[in-house]
Amino acid sequence: MITVKVNKRSHTVEVEPRTLLVELLRDQLRLTGTHVGCDTSQCGACVVHVNGKSVKSCTMLAVEADGADITTIEGVAEGGKMHPMQAAFQEHHGLQCGFCTPGMVMSAIDLVRRNASPSETEVRHWLEGNICRCTGYHNIVKAVLSAAETIRGGSR
Amino acid sequence: MTAGGIGSPVKRREDRRFLLGKGQYTDDIQLPDQTHAYLLRSHHASARIASIDLTAARQAPGVVAILTGEDVAADQLGGLPAGWLIKNKDGSNMVEPPHPALAIGKVRHVGDPVVMVVAETRTQAREAAQLVEIDYEPLQGVAHLPQAVASGAPQVWDEAPGNVCYDWHIGDPTATDAAFARAKHVVKIDLTNNRLIPNPMEPRSAIGHYEDASEHYTLYTTSQNPHLIRLLLGAFTLKVPEHKIRVFAPDVGGGFGSKIYHYAEELLVLWASRRIGRPVKWTSDRNEAFMSDAHGRDHVSHAELALDERGRFLGLRVDTLANMGAYLSTFAPCIPTYLYATLLSGPYAIPAIYVEVKAIFTHTVPVDAYRGAGRPEAAYLLERLVDKAARQLGIDRVEIRRENFIKPEQFPYQTPVALQYDTGNYHATLDLALKSIDYPGYAARKKASASRGKLRGFGISTYIEACGLAPSAVAGVLGARAGLYEAATVRVNPTGNVVVFTGSHSHGQGHETTFAQLVVERLGVPIESVEVVHGDTDRIPFGMGTYGSRSASVGGSAVFKAMEKIIDKGKKIAAHMLEAKLADIEFSDGSFRVAGTDRAKAFGEIAFAAYVPHNYPLETLEPGLEETAFYDPGNFTFPGGCHLVEVEVDPDTGLVAVVDVAIADDVGVIINPMIVDGQAHGGLAQGIGQALWEECLYDDDGQLLTGSYMNYCMPRAADLPMFKVGNHATPCTHNPLGVKGVGEVGAIGVPPAVINAVLDALEPLGVKHIDMPATPEKVWRAIREARP
Repeated sequence: MITVKVNKRSHTVEVEPRTLLVELLRDQLRLTGTHVGCDTSQCGACVVHVNGKSVKSCTMLAVEADGADITTIEGVAEGGKMHPMQAAFQEHHGLQCGFCTPGMVMSAIDLVRRNASPSETEVRHWLEGNICRCTGYHNIVKAVLSAAETIRGGSR
Repeated sequence: MTAGGIGSPVKRREDRRFLLGKGQYTDDIQLPDQTHAYLLRSHHASARIASIDLTAARQAPGVVAILTGEDVAADQLGGLPAGWLIKNKDGSNMVEPPHPALAIGKVRHVGDPVVMVVAETRTQAREAAQLVEIDYEPLQGVAHLPQAVASGAPQVWDEAPGNVCYDWHIGDPTATDAAFARAKHVVKIDLTNNRLIPNPMEPRSAIGHYEDASEHYTLYTTSQNPHLIRLLLGAFTLKVPEHKIRVFAPDVGGGFGSKIYHYAEELLVLWASRRIGRPVKWTSDRNEAFMSDAHGRDHVSHAELALDERGRFLGLRVDTLANMGAYLSTFAPCIPTYLYATLLSGPYAIPAIYVEVKAIFTHTVPVDAYRGAGRPEAAYLLERLVDKAARQLGIDRVEIRRENFIKPEQFPYQTPVALQYDTGNYHATLDLALKSIDYPGYAARKKASASRGKLRGFGISTYIEACGLAPSAVAGVLGARAGLYEAATVRVNPTGNVVVFTGSHSHGQGHETTFAQLVVERLGVPIESVEVVHGDTDRIPFGMGTYGSRSASVGGSAVFKAMEKIIDKGKKIAAHMLEAKLADIEFSDGSFRVAGTDRAKAFGEIAFAAYVPHNYPLETLEPGLEETAFYDPGNFTFPGGCHLVEVEVDPDTGLVAVVDVAIADDVGVIINPMIVDGQAHGGLAQGIGQALWEECLYDDDGQLLTGSYMNYCMPRAADLPMFKVGNHATPCTHNPLGVKGVGEVGAIGVPPAVINAVLDALEPLGVKHIDMPATPEKVWRAIREARP
């Protein structure tokens, strides 16, 4: 039995010792916005925030998350209003098929939290662990830079 | 331009659900009482299956059923069919070996599925599969084209001697020989086109659900063309009436061709569901995807170009080997023929062309269409050859292209390899791209790179592609076993809002936005009043799906045609209500009016009247306002353009950095420029990936060496620059929208530009040739080997 807070809601659930955090989220809590795109922890489609930091949820056991405060893509918007990062992805066409998008957004939010004014190069290097096959990254990078500017401007 | 209509950069309507984590992909769906399947696959390239012992596996916890090829045969399931029949030079049919859903007797590639285990959970299915004991007798495998065609090579199929699937040709050999006989110069090149693994980020997944009471089958699947899958299930593999099958492809996380085909797993989950009476779900792991998703490319070619004394092209001869893999995937036979050889005139006027293509079986994953599909192979060959010709003859590489382009006034242009290009302006896209990259400033940039110890190279590619598959009658003559039209229904609700049901499938392309823009443009309703539905065979009349950049040109034209029928009917209703002659009714900006008067009925009023027909010509017209149209294109569409790349090579490490990319494409009329640019960006990343990093590697025996992201290099954000994307439209002349297609341009145009840039950078070092991908190791070796 572990207790995790996910998107501000507390869950006490039974998990196997080998259950991955992403399996807990997707299969048991039915939060399917977090995706699985590989099995070698490289694609980053499964990035969530654990205690405020971006983590590939396929690299973490659910039991390791006992007591943690977790935010998934479903918990980023507030009161129906998209987070500036989400809004910027839409504004700049930073997504196509949408599959890598949750991981991209979660990863990018963590970047901007750590570095409020990232350069284009810093954005590109930070996203090293997130693979997108659709966009060629062009518009993702634009979206992240734009969101950083919005967030700096204090809209959130 | 209507606000929100054709030409508007409307923000995508599908984004919100994806950004909120509310997309619904196949693996997100959990049906009540669902079981999970795991497929045990061959780890041998070639082996005889001596025996399969399921005793221990059957005892494993949670196991519901274990099925083998014998069960598939016993239940008389059909093999996976090839959708295209290619004829040999002598008129005989290609070799079409069987393709059972689970291997029987022999396995023929790493990843060939052998046993299906169904259990209560995914983990239990996987663990039980580890207890299955298969006694393989390994046989010698063959993976690479040169070895597969050598005498004494291991045979993939007894019925395909020499591993030849077909031996095909196109063009005029006599005229081509004559062209070479009078040529002043002949330029020759040998090229490989590297095998790629498509890698959409969403792995394939399928859920089969058989309902006993109604004898209905529902398949949830990651497909680009659900109706095609239903047709193949009904007619060939599951062999039950089509009306008993629903295929639903919900949100699909990218396809790039790899999700066109009818895969064994789609059949297996439906069949297993029937056998056990519960839904069965299968989701691919990424490493499973590497050995079970159809691969792309994999050609070996020799080509010769004949030129006159001024560098004019006189003739082209091409001899290509194309790897089919171990089985024929759905569209495989048509890729190296009608989507490759027919494109070998490129944007050039070449009076005589002769192409020979041999398709070869090997002990590898089946090869089929991957973004571009045949056209990247054609563009790569031609553009490498033209660059080599420029160098050999001492002609400027921009000028040799400009001199040999088909001129704007030559359209429609009939090539010697079957296609007739309707329109284009290759000079315009060339000039636009050169301006965009600041070509005159290149010499200074090269000097600046040199001062940093880097070798700068400039690469050019001018390309043509064929999209908008395809005129059904033409395709039929060429061996297609299906029609290639598209269908759409436009339903106007009584309150005036509109639902479009399209056979095109959107898995990143943004049809929910662009198809709505067509409605805004033509019917004059606001975009908020339009909904686009796709992906569900129970809701959409029919469809051939999304591939070959056909959605806008064929699917969009079907929507347009259905709207024309809506307008025609609306005019009749309006004529009645306005007590005017039908011929006097005009429709524009969302209102039906009597020409030359201010008497008018809004679109919404006509819709309402159609459903509340109190004042309505009931004796001559049915109530309701819903129309279906099928659009069969009159020709292919021919996007083209110019892609320019500048690279910096580090001579010490061989690392190639792409420092600038400027492209100018002619994709015809643009519905949504934001989406069009995005499509170009994505194609460029995949094209640059092919040129520099991506390669599916097998060892000589057929063992897969690149089975995960640990050893298959995907382009990352830090590997790519911002792209300069420009457009110059010459509208398509034969579809009502004037659109050509944009989905594949990047993947087609850019690979030769990248390699031409690398070779340009390395020219001072004496490097004359390099094959894709130009990895640091390969470039480093080329530099070392070229040094005196």
